[in-house]
Amino acid sequence: MAKSQVSMTVNDKKVEGLVEPRMLLIHFLREQLHLTGPHIGCDTSHCGACTVDLDGKSVKSCTMFAVQVNGADIRTIEGMAAADGTLHALQEGFREMHGLQCGFCTPGMIVRAYRLLQENKDPTEDEIRFGISGNLCRCTGYQNIVKAIQYAAAKISGVPFQEAAE
Amino acid sequence: MIPGSFAYHRPSSVKEAVGLLGSLGDDARAIAGGHSLIPMMKLRLASPSHLVDLVGVADLKGIREDGKDILIGAMTTQHEVIASDLLTKKIPILSETATLIADPQVRYVGTIGGNVANGDPGNDMPAVMMCLNATYHAVGKSGERRIAAREFYQGAYFTALEPGEIVTAIRIPTPAAGHGYAYEKLKRKVGDYATAAAAVVLTASGGKVTSCSIGLTNVAETPLWAEEASKILTGSALDAATVKKAVAAAEAITSPASDSRGPAAYRTKMAGVMLTRALGRAKARAGF
Repeated sequence: MAKSQVSMTVNDKKVEGLVEPRMLLIHFLREQLHLTGPHIGCDTSHCGACTVDLDGKSVKSCTMFAVQVNGADIRTIEGMAAADGTLHALQEGFREMHGLQCGFCTPGMIVRAYRLLQENKDPTEDEIRFGISGNLCRCTGYQNIVKAIQYAAAKISGVPFQEAAE
Repeated sequence: MIPGSFAYHRPSSVKEAVGLLGSLGDDARAIAGGHSLIPMMKLRLASPSHLVDLVGVADLKGIREDGKDILIGAMTTQHEVIASDLLTKKIPILSETATLIADPQVRYVGTIGGNVANGDPGNDMPAVMMCLNATYHAVGKSGERRIAAREFYQGAYFTALEPGEIVTAIRIPTPAAGHGYAYEKLKRKVGDYATAAAAVVLTASGGKVTSCSIGLTNVAETPLWAEEASKILTGSALDAATVKKAVAAAEAITSPASDSRGPAAYRTKMAGVMLTRALGRAKARAGF
């Protein structure tokens, strides 16, 4: 099958590639751009490990073709920290609150939480749990992931983070 | 999992899309959000030679009032349904239902048109559209026609759509202000299809039901419109005895498969439980 030229902005950089139409976005990101932060977990659009931010939406990059997102603006976990290496508030939150154990789900969790906090700066615990319901974690039981997102929400809003009483 | 090879087409108008589907023939598939089709392609349960992506067709987007109806473009995503002030105000059962579909990432991409047109009995919107007496606008090479949702579903993945036809919009008669509604869905986890689900829209006056419509999800080869149950409830005060009779009538039209969600008899019973709960919430909202 003839290949198509695609170009898009990934983590603020213009990128180009030659893809077969059947190439999934996750494969384009990982194999052509060498951005291996987005993970392939279930490969069936359930687990959310492949989540990237695309034109202001959280999407599962295993369930779209690279050719479909020609011209899009994409952010992956590699594009979260500042250029000088300063961690994003979410990355800091996951570190401070122990929001990960094996870390496999973390890139998808953080990128999803990034969009959640863009849409809702001060989410309740229920809103956080509903907002990350497309991302599976098999280690943490989610408790510390919720805390990590609450930490980041507080930090972004410039208010002190108060851990809820157990 | 790598899908089979295909050629990608991105038309910018309905006319161009329908022309492509017509000329490319049976090996071409239209793709909307792709969250049903792409997983099927990855499993090689679908191997179209051509994909006609509808994402670039601007005419398929948007939600607007048209006289006494509301028109929803087929490529409107579930996320946009939830975010729509117009729909939240006029047909709130749609955002209530959309919130129960899949997960946030899927709702950003999955479309209402794809949900109703695919003919998957597990999809939630078809029963809601039957409940609301919606009509689908379908366009093919011989022009546009309108198909009632209640006549659209013929079997699992079989619908009234002709080859090469696409659903372009959904037309819903705006329910009366102050109507009661609810969509109750039993599912095992986020992202699951319903074990059983029920949609209710009703109006009431003076403590009596003046109109009632009921749809059922995933308890037969097609979504179901529970006409008899709706009739039993109309004119009643939604008293326990009448509700019980209506629930029995609704259960009687189900024919679910026994699967990992439970044996058939259980799923029929759960359809009844979902209907009872939906009627209770719709009653409260209608201000009985």
